Amino acid sequence: MAEIAFARPESLHDVPFHYCPGCHHGIIHRLVAEVIDELKVRDRTIGVVPVGCSVLAYNYFNFDTQEAAHGRAPATATGVKRVHPDSVVFTYQGDGDLASIGCAEIVHAAARGEKITTVFVNNAIYGMTGGQMAPTTLPEQVTVTSPYGRDPEKVGMPIRVCEMLATLDGAKFIARVAVNNPANMAKAKAAIKKAFEIQMSGLGFAIVEVLSTCPTNWGMTPLEAVAWLEKNMMPYYPLGIFKTPEGVAK
Amino acid sequence: MAEKILMKGNEAIGEAAVVAGCRHYFGYPITPQSELIEYMAKRLPQVDGVFLQAESEIAAINMVYGAAGAGARVMTSSSSPGISLKQEGISYIAGAELPCVIVNMVRGGPGLGSIQPGQCDYFQATKGGGHGDYHNIVLVPNSVQELVDYTILAFELADKYRNPVMLLGDGALGQMMEPIAFPQGAAAAPAKPWATTGLRGRKEPNVINSLHIQAPDLEKHNIHLQAKYKTIRENETRWETYKTDDAELVLVAYGISARVALSAMEQARAAGMKVGLFRPITAWPFPYEALAPLAGKAKAFLAVELSAGQMVEDVRLAVNGASPVYHYGRLGGMICSPKEVLGEVTKIMQGKEGK
Repeated sequence: MAEIAFARPESLHDVPFHYCPGCHHGIIHRLVAEVIDELKVRDRTIGVVPVGCSVLAYNYFNFDTQEAAHGRAPATATGVKRVHPDSVVFTYQGDGDLASIGCAEIVHAAARGEKITTVFVNNAIYGMTGGQMAPTTLPEQVTVTSPYGRDPEKVGMPIRVCEMLATLDGAKFIARVAVNNPANMAKAKAAIKKAFEIQMSGLGFAIVEVLSTCPTNWGMTPLEAVAWLEKNMMPYYPLGIFKTPEGVAK
Repeated sequence: MAEKILMKGNEAIGEAAVVAGCRHYFGYPITPQSELIEYMAKRLPQVDGVFLQAESEIAAINMVYGAAGAGARVMTSSSSPGISLKQEGISYIAGAELPCVIVNMVRGGPGLGSIQPGQCDYFQATKGGGHGDYHNIVLVPNSVQELVDYTILAFELADKYRNPVMLLGDGALGQMMEPIAFPQGAAAAPAKPWATTGLRGRKEPNVINSLHIQAPDLEKHNIHLQAKYKTIRENETRWETYKTDDAELVLVAYGISARVALSAMEQARAAGMKVGLFRPITAWPFPYEALAPLAGKAKAFLAVELSAGQMVEDVRLAVNGASPVYHYGRLGGMICSPKEVLGEVTKIMQGKEGK
């Protein structure tokens, strides 16, 4: 008895990703697409994509999308959602986009309890522009704009976005996940699904931070990058659910 | 037309937007346009509209981008420093060809400037403001009734050309009260098959975007934009003339300055001087072709504006060296009086203007 065990989600176009080998964007795109398929909301989904490595995400998602200005995706998504309250609206943003230039927009979208979902990809670096220091770059991490390593004395410590947003009443679901192994991918997908369900139930703002690799700008092989993420990012950015409508989970 | 009511300029813009079918407004408080955001906060919920006070001017214009891309008739408003903050978003809106209305009730600048009326944002409004080769359609009303009429026109033009339209007023127009009448309504918004509404049965996804990463594609997009701007120049250039037929000196002024210039012109006429007034109603497209023929007849031109000389550059382009072009302006939130303008007129008519 033949059965299709693995197929391209309808929410993804049949085109190759432009992402570097070992980059996690492709996996995260697929998880988002699978969730939208499973929730059967592709017909009323509007994605808002950022400036950064995933700037071309509108070429991959097979539903309506808007390409926002750098950091402004939560504001743009607010405009979309307020026009079509019955639609499912999400932003897909990197760490330079969301945690640096777009810090005000994400904080206020969360504070308003804007009924949107944010998928926040944190790879501790600016990928597209060539590996500059981000607000999420770890202490001592060498980048092209922190060539001697990030010095917390001069530029402070990295921002933990989930923990910061968890103080806001309007944010109803906050989780940090990773896609470094199959078990974590399953957890990541479950969290993304929950974040969309929170929006669809009208509860408020939901965000899932996904820890991601950048082998090219980290100067590593894909496998070394996964190991580096596990050893360096996970201790500073602990995985878990920081907030759910049922209360703070462990 | 309904019977006339007395209304403040800023509030009249808000009601005109509602008449035009605008149901989405995103803004941030700033003097001297606060009555407008306050009016929308009160009025839009009464018509099942959406009012949202954004965390910043930057957020507000990007909410406008999202809402316009989603197919709504949408407006934001601000004053000079806030409009500067919106420029990035306006460039994206122009690039993505989204219709929206942006109100700038101009105050004195630069920097934080003052809260009194100015016309010192003319360059910003008409010559770009944000990055890239683009134009806003810029309407420059000179009365509260025109604030109403041109707010409605702004929504119609925005939808017609899928282009941002700026209503360029000033602190005086926003604050003054005049009797006005509202028309029955604007032309209904056209169908927007390009809008991101969610697929809802449509086969191909819609994408709102200003990125064309391949240079040949971006050049093609720019050529398309320029062709659109040419169509707008040919069809939407608006102006008015007063007694220019026999004028030896033509005053050129827009907005509140045109009111002052008109009074000065009448006083000059009463004193036997042949003075006329040319009033642009669209600052972009500027009515070059309408002004140019006057250069063959008038001996001189005097631009009157509340700036150090911005619109005067467009007057010089139109006149193209055929006659001397003078400028008179007050700065920093000061308004010129008809008497001051008459003084300049008299000097020029007597040949005492040395410039």
